[in-house]
Amino acid sequence: MRARVLVRPKAGILDPQGQAVERALPALGFSGVRNVHIGRLIELDVDDPAHLPEMCEKLLSNPLIEDYEIVETA
Amino acid sequence: MKFGIVRFPGSCDDVDALLAAERVGDATMLWHADRDLHGVDAVIVPGGFSYGDYLRAGAIARFAPVMEEVAEFARTGSLVLGICNGFQVLCEAGLLPGALLPNVSLRFVCRQVDLDVERAGTPFTRACEPDRPLSIPVKHTTGRYYAPEPDLDALEAAGQVLLRYAPGQNPNGSARDIAGVCNRAGNVFGLMPHPEHAVDPLTGSADGLSIFESMRAQVGDRIPA
Repeated sequence: MRARVLVRPKAGILDPQGQAVERALPALGFSGVRNVHIGRLIELDVDDPAHLPEMCEKLLSNPLIEDYEIVETA
Repeated sequence: MKFGIVRFPGSCDDVDALLAAERVGDATMLWHADRDLHGVDAVIVPGGFSYGDYLRAGAIARFAPVMEEVAEFARTGSLVLGICNGFQVLCEAGLLPGALLPNVSLRFVCRQVDLDVERAGTPFTRACEPDRPLSIPVKHTTGRYYAPEPDLDALEAAGQVLLRYAPGQNPNGSARDIAGVCNRAGNVFGLMPHPEHAVDPLTGSADGLSIFESMRAQVGDRIPA
């Protein structure tokens, strides 16, 4: 099973990377961009996708500061 | 009194921590793959980039074999000090509350800061003079202390905030200027500043020694020589 894990900063936690990118885009002429947040994409092949939530809780994300989303791709 | 300093692949302040500890007691290096703390009386998890800080700072190091021993050591009430990356490791391991996020500036900061000793008299601050700030350097990119607001209120109420950046000196955007916190039991302490780099007036300050002296005094009370 091919899976994709999306990890993003929890809502409400200051995300200076997202802010920096949000400020940079207008300088390139792209206006109308809001709420930029930067997270992490982890792709993995896994024999038993039932283990994915536990992997996310224990290692792939830090549940105190990040949310995760599991997308099974194939 | 013997300190054990945990060396991970990627640690870089391990030798300074060893030399600082040797100013107040004996010290030995512990290897990340060890399943034995070799009879040390206190453990220091030093600064650096354990396992390359891959994924998140401290995220991989918490699963090192030696960390199981450190967790058990902490459970029995023994002293564990985490400095910088060591603080991140202890937070990831759940031995300390909260997490460290990238600095608000997104920049590496390296500078001397003043720290207000919020609580003197604890196992890690008993050699500090109350009302006299400590001058200790910080050097990190991921040092913004974070915990949810209700958790911060609980930490403050329980007296777990031991060190705060002096007003106007918060180098990283840490919540409530927090520079160092301990666990509920008070025997595990983590801080972003580097007391091991402030042990000799030659390099600007010897204020960091008081953290190691506090630990020695605490262990001395517990285990009579």
